[in-house]
Amino acid sequence: MQSVRYDAIVVGSGISGGWAAKELTEKGLRVLLLERGRNVEHIKDYVNATKGPWEYLHRGGHTHAMEAAYPVLTRDYALNEKNLAFWVNEKESPYTEVKRFDWYRGYQVGGRSLTWGRQSYRWSDFDFEANSKEGIAVDWPIRYNELAPWYDHVEKHAGISGSHEGLAQLPDGQFQPAMPLNCGEEMIAGRLKNAFGGKRRMIIGRTANATQGLPGRAPCQYRNACWLGCPYGAYFSTQSSTLPAAAKTGKLTLKPWSIVTEVLYDKDQKRASGVRVLDAVTEQTTEYSAKVIFLCASTLNSTWLLMRSATDIWPGGLGSGSGELGHNLMDHHFRCGADGDLEGLNDKYYYGRRPNGIYIPRYRNLFGEKREYLRGFGYQGSASRDGWTRAVKELGLGAEFKDEMTTPGPWKFGATAFGEMLPNHANLIGLDASRKDKWGLSVLKIDCATGENERLMRKDMMADMAEMLEQSGAKRVKTFDYGSFPGMGIHEMGTARMGRDPKTSVLNSHNQVWDAPNVFVTDGSCMTSSACQNPSLTYMALTARAADFAVNELNRRNL
Amino acid sequence: MNAETNQDQLINRREAIRRVSALLGGVAFVGGSGLLAAAEKARPAAASTGEFTDQDIAFLDEIAETILPATKTPGAKAAKTGAFMALMVTDSYGPGEQKTFRDGMRNVDEAMQKAHGVSFMAATPEQRLAVLTVLDHEQKRVMDEREAARRQGGAKQPAHYFRMMKELALLGFFTSEIGCTKVQRYAEVPGRFDPCIPYTQGEPAWASHA
Repeated sequence: MQSVRYDAIVVGSGISGGWAAKELTEKGLRVLLLERGRNVEHIKDYVNATKGPWEYLHRGGHTHAMEAAYPVLTRDYALNEKNLAFWVNEKESPYTEVKRFDWYRGYQVGGRSLTWGRQSYRWSDFDFEANSKEGIAVDWPIRYNELAPWYDHVEKHAGISGSHEGLAQLPDGQFQPAMPLNCGEEMIAGRLKNAFGGKRRMIIGRTANATQGLPGRAPCQYRNACWLGCPYGAYFSTQSSTLPAAAKTGKLTLKPWSIVTEVLYDKDQKRASGVRVLDAVTEQTTEYSAKVIFLCASTLNSTWLLMRSATDIWPGGLGSGSGELGHNLMDHHFRCGADGDLEGLNDKYYYGRRPNGIYIPRYRNLFGEKREYLRGFGYQGSASRDGWTRAVKELGLGAEFKDEMTTPGPWKFGATAFGEMLPNHANLIGLDASRKDKWGLSVLKIDCATGENERLMRKDMMADMAEMLEQSGAKRVKTFDYGSFPGMGIHEMGTARMGRDPKTSVLNSHNQVWDAPNVFVTDGSCMTSSACQNPSLTYMALTARAADFAVNELNRRNL
Repeated sequence: MNAETNQDQLINRREAIRRVSALLGGVAFVGGSGLLAAAEKARPAAASTGEFTDQDIAFLDEIAETILPATKTPGAKAAKTGAFMALMVTDSYGPGEQKTFRDGMRNVDEAMQKAHGVSFMAATPEQRLAVLTVLDHEQKRVMDEREAARRQGGAKQPAHYFRMMKELALLGFFTSEIGCTKVQRYAEVPGRFDPCIPYTQGEPAWASHA
């Protein structure tokens, strides 16, 4: 069996893997970037990016056949005719749900960086200190000041647009100019500020859509077609941002169709020596060796890989010595909030499709407030004028009806909260030996549910939005709770948490596996708590920080 | 899945959340026999419409045109809405809903016979509008009752056939090329975002993209 040597191997090419590849190559390492799925070339493979809505047979909707082929994706908005090629083939890659867990995956170069929601928020010490202060799970081994320079670093390259607000719970960053609020949002934002004395604030979303050009990238054209892939490279993805930077160094080798079945562990050296790769197409096996290995395969997949590795030493896999590998799975719970009608703006409209909404940063359980639950939530939503879809429920047909429904309808505002989910040892993943995927690997089984804290929080998540809308003069305010199952947030986190003690955590403060210091896990698996902010920006910062550390340790010959 | 989520397919999560309560209790868009691959290769019209005949499609075109007639802008027939309705019923509706829809087509014809002694196809536009207006009131009443029952904890019931027809006609028309570019306004690349501009009543809405 051949073995090809690199300085570093990065497993996974999504948001975290792209950053690992960029940082490591730019620091001079020869990097092998492994991706289990197909290649997706920037621009060329965004095959639907410029199609009109009418160019799809079912206008983007579902068919029976799609629903049968995608039993998980069909549970929410994600199943659609337009970017189906960016979602995993569920028949080839099944998993077992002990309890319902909606796992939305993107197995291709770029991973879910192609389809992500792009909301990018810093965490604060309210988040990093919460576990410790409340005696929940274990303490994060880092604090905000250690991550702040890395947030700076990744924001500048990724291109995050946003406004400076001076909020302690949502630190400002290196922002490109913010997108504006529309008239409806501006009206509510102003009234909210007055009604709640500045404690509850509505700001424009901080998004990885560039409002100014970056090398190789045009600014946002306001098409709001991001999840088809952007031919302007205006939003951050592996393809638009990190992959070209890594490729430019001449030190990157990208290999699609490469399923890493195992991290190879040298028990004498107490180091990983490389990885074993199964070619997804030919099913040939190849081994690659490297001095450092970054696992960035996505939250559940990096842990799945650890569970398959070094099982001759640790039956539960590499990193399982603590008993925490696979445990403490989290997501955000959402789909709950309120909406209402805005009046007095019928002579106002907007032009362009802004790929961004509003954000109401967390205000609960901060600055001395104490609710009956721990932690908090932020809101995401938008104001807009109704389109033709309002016609479905309205009485009427004929010429007058048609002409009326052709014009913009009433202004509406709606928002859902995204709530923090507490880490819980009982929420776990493991191998299901009774079931194999297409390539003969035992699939993951997932056993995860939200608990009492989340249930109590949801009451505020609904009631607070209704209160804010009523205080802002919205009419016909209605709350909603469409139910939220773990996974739906597509913010899965945990299962290989960072910590201060190898007895209670899988990774140390630099994302090194305690038992294999040259193995770094920097995707969502590493998260010790979930906060309520969208997590991807934090994965970027943690990855860049870990890559810097890894290269320094290599130079000191510590790895 | 139902109509609200079907609409959600057209939009991203934020918009989906914003709109999710705007569309409640429409057609259950489950069922159908279409192929995933169908999205990638344009199929001939006959195969796409399954058991629907050309006469069926002509009939659906007239229903859609009655709901959304040519005015100062083109109507549903010009946008080939009947063929789209037939395709969606075939590919996306469950067997029970397909039956409801097909029985509904006969009901429309019978209602016309009863009211004016002619077939729907032979009826005048005024007669069609009168009959479908009655059916529209009926579907609205039935759907509101079913929605109220569902809110009381009852099971979600299937849609009234005329709600199905109306919803499919609207979807087919307003997402067609004519519906986007000749009826509404469509900008493939807006290039900028103006957050607050004057609006004069009667100006068409901007159509969405992805």
